[in-house]
Amino acid sequence: MTWIGWEKRLQPSPWMAVVVPVLSVVLALGLGAIFLAATGFDPWKVYLSMLKGATGSKYGISETVVKAIPLMIASLGVSVAFRMLLWNIGAEGQFYMGAFGATWVALTFPHWPAYVMLPAMFIVGCVLGGLWAVVAAIPRARWGVNEVITTLMLNYVAILWVDYLVYGPWKDPQGYNFPLTAPFTEAATLATIPGTRVHLGLLFALTAAVLLTLILWRTRWGYEIRVIGESVKAARYAGMNIERNIILVMFLSGALAGLAGMSEVSGVTHRLQHGISPGYGYTAIIIAWLAKLHPATVILVSFLFAGLIVGGYSVQTMGVPAATVSMLQGAILFFVLGGEILTRYRLHFGRKEVAR
Amino acid sequence: MSAPLVEMRGIRKVFPGVVANDNVNLTVRAGEIHALLGENGAGKSTLMSILTGLYRPDAGEIYIEGRKVNFRSPRDAIEAGIGMVHQHFRLVSPFTVTENVALGLKGGLRLNLNRLAVEIAEVSRKYGLQVDPQARIWQLSVGEQQRVEIIKLLYRKARVLILDEPTAVLTPQEARDLYSTLKKMAAEGCAVIFITHKLQEVMEAADSITILRGGKTVATVKKEETDEKELARMMVGRDVIWQGEKPKRSPGDTVLQIKGLRALNDKGLPALKGIELSVASGEILGIAGVAGNGQRELVEVIAGLRPCLEGTVTVGGENLGQCDPCRVIQCGVGFVPEDRLGMGLVPNLGAVDNLLLKEYRDPRWGRVLMDRRAARRWAYELVERFQVKMAGLDAPVKLMSGGNLQRLLLAREISGHPRLLLAVYPSRGLDVGATETVHRLLLEQRAAGTAILLISEDLEELFRLADRIAVMYEGEIMGVVPTEEADLEDIGLMMAGAKKMEVSA
Repeated sequence: MTWIGWEKRLQPSPWMAVVVPVLSVVLALGLGAIFLAATGFDPWKVYLSMLKGATGSKYGISETVVKAIPLMIASLGVSVAFRMLLWNIGAEGQFYMGAFGATWVALTFPHWPAYVMLPAMFIVGCVLGGLWAVVAAIPRARWGVNEVITTLMLNYVAILWVDYLVYGPWKDPQGYNFPLTAPFTEAATLATIPGTRVHLGLLFALTAAVLLTLILWRTRWGYEIRVIGESVKAARYAGMNIERNIILVMFLSGALAGLAGMSEVSGVTHRLQHGISPGYGYTAIIIAWLAKLHPATVILVSFLFAGLIVGGYSVQTMGVPAATVSMLQGAILFFVLGGEILTRYRLHFGRKEVAR
Repeated sequence: MSAPLVEMRGIRKVFPGVVANDNVNLTVRAGEIHALLGENGAGKSTLMSILTGLYRPDAGEIYIEGRKVNFRSPRDAIEAGIGMVHQHFRLVSPFTVTENVALGLKGGLRLNLNRLAVEIAEVSRKYGLQVDPQARIWQLSVGEQQRVEIIKLLYRKARVLILDEPTAVLTPQEARDLYSTLKKMAAEGCAVIFITHKLQEVMEAADSITILRGGKTVATVKKEETDEKELARMMVGRDVIWQGEKPKRSPGDTVLQIKGLRALNDKGLPALKGIELSVASGEILGIAGVAGNGQRELVEVIAGLRPCLEGTVTVGGENLGQCDPCRVIQCGVGFVPEDRLGMGLVPNLGAVDNLLLKEYRDPRWGRVLMDRRAARRWAYELVERFQVKMAGLDAPVKLMSGGNLQRLLLAREISGHPRLLLAVYPSRGLDVGATETVHRLLLEQRAAGTAILLISEDLEELFRLADRIAVMYEGEIMGVVPTEEADLEDIGLMMAGAKKMEVSA
């Protein structure tokens, strides 16, 4: 008689912490392959041309980096909140509010020179994104209101608010009735690497990752964040102010998502438009989780997901539906979450022979 | 004689790096109360986890009424009639007694709670386990909750009942009630196994005793054929030398002064009803009492973790009534909490980060960026000085043993040179060696002039360490007596709320 059983591990396996994410990606690709084959495509060819599309040309690489920028910044924001067990699902909304804030500066003060304009857009974008998160953080800190629901709901508010603006008062009169604002002035756009669309936002992302690493492991505030994330009881015992930290960390988280929004309007689209984010804020959650909330890993995983998105665009010419990429992303998260169990439990097959 | 109800033969269980059970044998007959005696880490819990199907043995066999069994899950063990009352009760507190008994029952989707309630009432009458089937768990005292756990097992027709340190939460009087219930169950043909390390309890309640030490069976003896001294020797593996008199000291100035203190518990009910206490420098004030009579709330108020409604708490003349743990720490109050791994220490962080918990605000670690290397050196010195054994300074502290955890916690709290040290159940769950270390450290602190408030449920420990003993019952101080004049029987009565002395704090 054989059977399969679970046995709890005494300590999480560090080996599995690496294997599980990698295996999850492989399994997700496998699942995607079944789906592709069932709909009449050769999965091997599709994946190969996705890879080529994302990394096979200078254009492809540059597009992958462009997509990775908002993912990195937003995901760094998500990961710092998650580290304190604050489930900020609202990066998408905070992204929109950041984009809105930056656009407001660019459209209201068109004559400002770049050295005033860009810092102003940067600050207003961050502050609006941060405040949008604080809206959910205050009830959480004061009365324990579940932030998953509030941050998620606030996404819809933010997205619809931007829609209202681009379909209404801010619509570009020369825009052939498309839902977008007038283009920014030259001063309101971020510099790019010549010949590509890669913009200064990449520097924001990398700086943010370095700063976050320093904050978390080298400052008193970061120490408090790590302790609170592990044990609120111990943090209270040590005299840490939990409420204040919830609000501060949510602000930082939202500010980063807002910065992602600012760098997207200022660096890529150069205007605010309907659907400015194709779900960066949600993908950021998957990335943060896959990266185990570690800033350096977030950067790496963001490139993977950006590659998936760009590769997905490139295979649409083969007739592969655009939703394939969303499906792959979802499958990766599914397998990562499912695989977590392997880090805590050991699977064993068959009965152990009872020796005397 | 018929086959024994439970027989475990040659049980072996290895965890990474530890042989928890090595060729352990245990035989329990129907109708007997069997004590499983051993220090912490002797392998008692592992053995019982194997018997209840929680772990699978690496080697060895289990027979129930002579038939070989192979438990793959706790469910198999329950079906074989084996049930366990854990030290931490597995009850759902917003549910009623009946609903808790219903949890996990087999059968279809239909559930007749009324009939179940009647059946529960029957079981509780039969065994003298008084409890209201409609009461909600959170309304019950700890002793009543324990009865619910036992009823749960009896209702499931368990024939082997395992109790893990059942008297730890009871007054001596409640414990006597429990023993008589156990005797009734044994008379009905059940077998009762209880895990303990209290010798006096074994002599009072058990019929036979199996002693474990270092994962091995030392012996199984009948109660009539042994005595406490022999049991102690078998349990510890050497003659136990009870520490001699602690050095006399004349207490110094009053450090902690509590006047008319009132506070609420987590449910918003009064937990402290006008506490008056004082502790002087170089003095250990012991607080005796059954857990849950306000001890936790008392230390939490002092530590600034719980607001006080009325009254004052002063440490060295400074008033600390504002519920501000940060200020309390700066006032020089060290706190060894009951919940070591969770409140006192952060399980997933390493030793360095854990030692920094009270010290991280200190400017000596640098103004903006903290000097991790200096912190590491400092942590290393503390770990060496207090002889904490660990895999590494960065390994999560949850991997450490109980004794080492407590050493680490004490290292941090003592290294801050506290004026007042709050120690809550400091030796609970520790083995004899680690307990000795804790006691030595506390006495050293006393000699250094620290005022110590020691909360313990172990009267022996209080008699050994404390200069004065106060007894708490339902949020009140029933009396404070100098240890030399204290009488065990009196203290027991005060713990049960049956006696009150004039308090002269």
